[in-house]
Amino acid sequence: MKTKQLITAGLFSLCSVSASAQELTITVTNLTQGMHFTPLIVAAHDENASMFTVTTEASAELIAIAEGGDISGMSTLLATVNADVVENPAGGLLAGAGTTEMNLSTADGNQMLSITAMMLPTNDGFVGLDSWPIPSEAGTYTILLNAYDAGSEANDELVVGDAGGPPGNPGIPAAPGGNAGANGTGIVDSQTNGNVHIHRGALGDDDLEGRQSDLDSRIHRWLNPVAKVTVVVE
Amino acid sequence: MFNIKQCIAPVALAFSLVACSSSDDDSDPIIIDPPPPPPLEYQFELTFGNLTNAQPLSPILAVLHQDSSIWTIGEASSSGLELLAESGDNSELSAASFVTANATTADVLPPGMTETVTIMTTNADALQLSLVTMLVNTNDAFTGNSMIDLSSLMVGDSLSLRSAVYDAGTEANSEASGTIPGPADGGEGFNSMRDDVDYVSRHPGVVGLDDGLSSSVLNNEHKFDNPAMSVMIVRVQ
Repeated sequence: MKTKQLITAGLFSLCSVSASAQELTITVTNLTQGMHFTPLIVAAHDENASMFTVTTEASAELIAIAEGGDISGMSTLLATVNADVVENPAGGLLAGAGTTEMNLSTADGNQMLSITAMMLPTNDGFVGLDSWPIPSEAGTYTILLNAYDAGSEANDELVVGDAGGPPGNPGIPAAPGGNAGANGTGIVDSQTNGNVHIHRGALGDDDLEGRQSDLDSRIHRWLNPVAKVTVVVE
Repeated sequence: MFNIKQCIAPVALAFSLVACSSSDDDSDPIIIDPPPPPPLEYQFELTFGNLTNAQPLSPILAVLHQDSSIWTIGEASSSGLELLAESGDNSELSAASFVTANATTADVLPPGMTETVTIMTTNADALQLSLVTMLVNTNDAFTGNSMIDLSSLMVGDSLSLRSAVYDAGTEANSEASGTIPGPADGGEGFNSMRDDVDYVSRHPGVVGLDDGLSSSVLNNEHKFDNPAMSVMIVRVQ
């Protein structure tokens, strides 16, 4: 029954969506083993807005999230379209297997749910949900999220500290688990697909003192889906 | 389109009756049977997006059918699927006996790009849509969707889907030079010899030279994760 509701909502999006205000309880679980999510930004917005769209270039606001975990620009952008927003529900990083819960009251017309957060350690990888139509029918719905590549920074897999965070700067700003290496030479120095796409995954290697990557191939990998979202519609 | 045809038909009928009665006053009025209503057309606009980093998609085949799936997990690939998954050539599958309508993108779809095709049928019993395309920088990986039921889609309704990656099981994933038809290699496409498990499954992913497969012509750029393709279906008629 719940599965049917989910399918209906996902497939025939225009039929089952309510434009009325709703009360949502949203739970986000990081399904990965060794990847951290930076502060999440969760928003209900109308169908003309989106935080990202696959096969198109990332906005500057999304790049700031994907490369450095900075949600401030996206928050400002969402305010201009009168979105209902929850920022940083986990109060910081959401570690592998961690869960955070939040309440979101949506205004009339804000019937699409979107979520983004950077995945660390990556160059410009993020977990994302793009414009999921919020069902009108009360119930509990489950959505599985994938990892995306913003297409804005080469995946060199070099952990360089804070300098790697701002948009345009190469490198990964942090490996919060404290389990990355150093002195790698870099996997690649250019971005192949410049549009938002499914992340091809991290490569890593097993030499924490050198070789190509500063990431550990035994720890810093994942497969989709990378997050589970449960939405309770009151 | 449907409404326009309905409007035109009565007008044409009126003209012909007038013409007949004025040209021949002595004969009985000619009774013209109203033309049968045109069969209901189902027309769908399909937009595909390549979500991979460096896996061009071979010309994407869309088919409408009533039964028979293009692939089944655990079963051997048809020769048409083998040809597509190893070389990107969708001609044999598009002409399969169970196919009632088909459409294909004109060219290879590069990573990050989208392309739209239209598929149409008047057969209300054959509204199962299947989609299939090769990831060309692999030995025999394909992505697509099998048996999407479009029968309840009303005009204007849309359906958004993602496509996972499968392995045709007909060619070993050697990633070796000369075995991959895509730009990473420029090697052989189809070979009728089956030197792999000979059943369809989800794809395990590529390994690549950077990850330690010393004989691989692929590198980290060619890695992929599910899903590989986005699909937007809109019923336009």
